[in-house]
Amino acid sequence: MRVPLSWLREYVDLPAGETGRDVAARLVRAGLEVETVEQLGTDVKGPLVVGEVLSIEELTGFKKPIRHCFVNVGAANGTGEPQEIVCGATNFQVGDKVVVILPGGVLPGPFPISARQTYGHTSAGMICSARELGMGDDHNGIIVLPPEYEPGTDAIELLQLVDEVLDIAVTPDRGYCLSMRGVAREAAAAYGLPLADPALLDVPPANSYGYLVKVADPVGCDRFVARTVTGVDPGAKSPIWLQRRLQKAGIRPVSLAVDITNYVMLEVGQPLHAYDRNRVDGPIQVRRAVEGEELTTLDGVKRKLSAEDLLICDNSGPIGLAGVMGGASTEILDPVVDAETGLATGTTDIIVEAAHFEPVAIARTAKRHKLPSEASKRFERGVDPEAARAAAQRAVDLLVLIAGGTAEAGVTDIAAPHPVRTIPIDADLPDRVAGAEYGRETVTRRLQEVGCTVVGTDVLEVTPPSWRPDLTDPYDLAEEVIRLEGYDNVPARMPVTPPGRGLSEAQRFHRRVGVALAGAGYVEINAYPFVGDASFDALGLEADDARRRTVKLVNPLNDAEPALRTTLLPGLLGALRRNVGRGNTDLALFETGTVFLPKAEPKVAPRLPVDRRPTEEQLAELNAALPDQPRRVAVALTGERLPSGWWGKGAPSGWADAVEAARVVAAAAGVELTVRQAQYAPWHPGRCAELLVGEEVVGHAGELHPRVVKALHLPERTSAMELDLDLLFEDGRRVSGPPVSAYPVATQDVALIVDAAVHAADVEAALREGAGELLESLRLFDVFTGEQAGAGKKSLAYTLRFRATDRTLTADEASAAREAAVAVAAERTGAVLRGA
Amino acid sequence: MSAPNKSYDPVEVEALKPEVVEQARDEALAAFAAAADLDELKQAKVAHTGDRSPLSLANREIGALPPQAKAAAGKLIGQARGAVNQALAKRQVELEAERDARVLVEEAVDVTLPYGRVPRGARHPLTTLAERIEDTFVAMGYQVASGPEVEAEWLNFDALNLHADHPARSMQDTFFVEAPDGSADSGMVLRTQTSPVQIRAMLAGEPPLYAVSPGRVYRTDELDATHTPVFRQVEAIAVDEGITFGHLKGTIEVLVEKLIGGGLELRWRPSYFPFTEPSAEIDLQCFVCRGASVGNPDRPCRTCSSEGWIELGGCGVVNPRVLVAAGIDPSRYSGFAFGLGLERILMNRHNVADMRDMVEGDVRFTLPFGMEI
Ligand SMILES: [Zn+2]
Repeated sequence: MRVPLSWLREYVDLPAGETGRDVAARLVRAGLEVETVEQLGTDVKGPLVVGEVLSIEELTGFKKPIRHCFVNVGAANGTGEPQEIVCGATNFQVGDKVVVILPGGVLPGPFPISARQTYGHTSAGMICSARELGMGDDHNGIIVLPPEYEPGTDAIELLQLVDEVLDIAVTPDRGYCLSMRGVAREAAAAYGLPLADPALLDVPPANSYGYLVKVADPVGCDRFVARTVTGVDPGAKSPIWLQRRLQKAGIRPVSLAVDITNYVMLEVGQPLHAYDRNRVDGPIQVRRAVEGEELTTLDGVKRKLSAEDLLICDNSGPIGLAGVMGGASTEILDPVVDAETGLATGTTDIIVEAAHFEPVAIARTAKRHKLPSEASKRFERGVDPEAARAAAQRAVDLLVLIAGGTAEAGVTDIAAPHPVRTIPIDADLPDRVAGAEYGRETVTRRLQEVGCTVVGTDVLEVTPPSWRPDLTDPYDLAEEVIRLEGYDNVPARMPVTPPGRGLSEAQRFHRRVGVALAGAGYVEINAYPFVGDASFDALGLEADDARRRTVKLVNPLNDAEPALRTTLLPGLLGALRRNVGRGNTDLALFETGTVFLPKAEPKVAPRLPVDRRPTEEQLAELNAALPDQPRRVAVALTGERLPSGWWGKGAPSGWADAVEAARVVAAAAGVELTVRQAQYAPWHPGRCAELLVGEEVVGHAGELHPRVVKALHLPERTSAMELDLDLLFEDGRRVSGPPVSAYPVATQDVALIVDAAVHAADVEAALREGAGELLESLRLFDVFTGEQAGAGKKSLAYTLRFRATDRTLTADEASAAREAAVAVAAERTGAVLRGA
Repeated sequence: MSAPNKSYDPVEVEALKPEVVEQARDEALAAFAAAADLDELKQAKVAHTGDRSPLSLANREIGALPPQAKAAAGKLIGQARGAVNQALAKRQVELEAERDARVLVEEAVDVTLPYGRVPRGARHPLTTLAERIEDTFVAMGYQVASGPEVEAEWLNFDALNLHADHPARSMQDTFFVEAPDGSADSGMVLRTQTSPVQIRAMLAGEPPLYAVSPGRVYRTDELDATHTPVFRQVEAIAVDEGITFGHLKGTIEVLVEKLIGGGLELRWRPSYFPFTEPSAEIDLQCFVCRGASVGNPDRPCRTCSSEGWIELGGCGVVNPRVLVAAGIDPSRYSGFAFGLGLERILMNRHNVADMRDMVEGDVRFTLPFGMEI
């Protein structure tokens, strides 16, 4: 809602020196969101005056029409002589009154005006258009003023160029502030000044000879006021003040009837509609549409109606979408001016509709037809049903005043009975909600300022005003009191919380994962979770891969990515590629986040009641409908993991780093990770590790498949890991402190030859088992293949450290343990001692 | 050893003559002093203190002396050997110090050589910022709560007093999840706020409830410098007997002081959220210009766009209808709730000009934030 300060002052006698910023600050504290305060006209400098066109000479030989004119600007130019001006506009004739800026003046831009030679003539000034003056974006040529203004009159004041406009974003609960009347009420309360309510008008009572209206749906339409004005001059135009107020409020002046309905809507908040009475066929009816009915709206669009749409109809069928947009067939006609007589023909008899429609019906219709209009915006948020009569009266008065019509005596006013809404409120409720001490008198006074009727003492019986449909319960009223008393004045204090329990084990674990990976050199990213088929194709997932079953969005940002991720890899690899593209070549990235796994049989989540707690069964049904959303961690690496430098050669990142990252995470979880050779997309079939805790697969790691690397335009040998953190997490884990032996260690090395296909993990497991309790640690320190190992074989060399907790081991004991280890390895994996 | 010889006179023994002993002593001292390095000193040591050195040989003669002569001879030799050993030890220390000094000079390196052996990682600043806020609340006795990102509409809207036709529901541009029949009527959305977590927390048990819930939320905005369709919120809720708007103010004041700093003014603007009543928007006095940029084109402020205030978030007293939907008796309990946008705080607190930097995952943006924010 754009509120010109000059207009606001018509209803509230604000202090003279009060600026737009001052008023904005007060309104902000009262809860209106004033987004900007616009300064109008500060960039226009006179002399800007009314001119009368004395002569027009059409210049020829130029690419566009050019007029050489003499204009009477009265005494404004100091000489009283006609002003010579060259003009590019053609929408005026001799005798017209126009707006002239004289040399020395400045137009917004800034464009300083001076006398100059152009098109072979002197041009001492400019005839101005509305846009050049910063009045609006209308560019239908220059402004032609009504004939009554004297040449030389100051046009800055005449056109009310200087003003301040408050742009207010109105929250859905404050529909009444979509009007000058509502904003003025807030301003009056904020300043403690009286309000001159523009809806307080003398209105003749309803009678039986108004235009015939039948309301078939009194729920959808609980108020319908119709008034008729006849004998209107079809050629009458909106006066400057009316046009200017509309322009400042952000509405383009169109024609007198439309301008007046818009003006009254801005003034009192009641949307109006004007019909050409001679185009309406019989009585007006208000009813719901029949499925399949059609209506061509004012914007020329033919619309298929739904049975829920509320309609205004006549004998011919629908003539308007109630509260949203009128129909084309009964629209006020554009006047046609007879070139000879100068007389205009067009609409002379007008029906003014001021009705009240049910907010939900209007909201749905506006949404369904994608027609958010100024009217629907107001109806959705609640219009004062009691303002309908005054609004219609105001429109009638303006039509009579400006267009010389006659108000018919008939007044149609159909009103469904409204129960009086009275809300009982404990007088101390505002105190209790705010934690402040207002007292009953203050509470009563503030509620009265809002427009409520208040009676009672300990319990107040409050009747909210008709323009506040949002006030429905005691807390709504408490809010009004606290807001008007000022949030700043509520004393701040701290609640006394019960003893805290800190972070949960799972939360601590999630933090540890991030800290551990960052400590291991990984940089965290947060990718969007949106994916599409192309994401999975690039990963080389089979058509029946479970990860292709996704949760889909109805309205994705990008139609190619309508689904939610089932793996973190697409986003993570995307970030990796983006980094590489920007010249960051040595990368180790990680992400933690949820993936979205649809239920085997997707269901609809129920819409539960809100007037009571849902039952456990209902909540269980609701939760069961949600997709599984486990938390994952993933890493991706490329380039050098250890850089080369003056200290020597570095090391490229590879599958082993990806597996090691999983171990880092497992260590943060405090669980033992088992690694097994596997084949799983998108990993390299020979370089993919399956990661297990016990017998449960918790993730995969390794080098990406070369095809995937190519499809995603990643650097060769890019590696990645993805793990399910939920599967890794184990609540209530507690480490028992191990005995630390002070006896000396006995170190034994073994070199084993195994088939190349045997996995080191299996050999190690066998050695550990065979070595028994004396084994303190085991380390693989060398692996090689080749001649020395034998064809199809590999050599694995281990250091075994033995130690007892209660004695120094003898050489024999250590050797026996070593032999036992080798024996089990031999039995399980066919390992043979090298050199044996 | 030979038996004592009663007639044996040390002066008669050549090796025990005082002048001979003194000479041997002086020769030793001279040799040590002349030793240029530890090797030479070692040779001198063997020559002058070894088994075959003059003083050692002389010492052996003492045993053969008659008892009355032993003391004097012993003293003579003892003093000489003491002086020699002392000189040796002193020279040893000197030469070792010389050697060490030389070796350490030879071993000197350029310690300013860059060493990038272990690459550094970093956590995303939005993660660490969320943790910092969590910790502030945990210290106040709150628990950290979380919930699913694909959420039931009932929890994201209805239970929060946003019924199907509520105008505020269209204010939020929601991603709707596809139903099995392909329609939008799955009853599920990508949560537009972390508030459903509050409902879950309330449904989970009786008050008192003090919870903070950080998390990712979604709205259908296109990514640009100040918008992202996927962003983070932190919300907090307190439900207990006698909770007031004043408690909300006190709590936020503590948070702001911890997060941004002390001495900054807060502005409480009445606003509208369906799930709170009264509702407020909180503005923080700009901590960069402290309002000095307002109406002062010579001193523009990027942080607050010369408005003097920075929007912090929305808050209010929990609407009793929300308590009812969550099964909490509003006649006994009341609550407050508030929500903050983490991206906005990061932009303000750390001078991040473009929200895209938080989204794209460029390591050059994230690395400087390190492990903590
Ligand atoms: Zn600032």
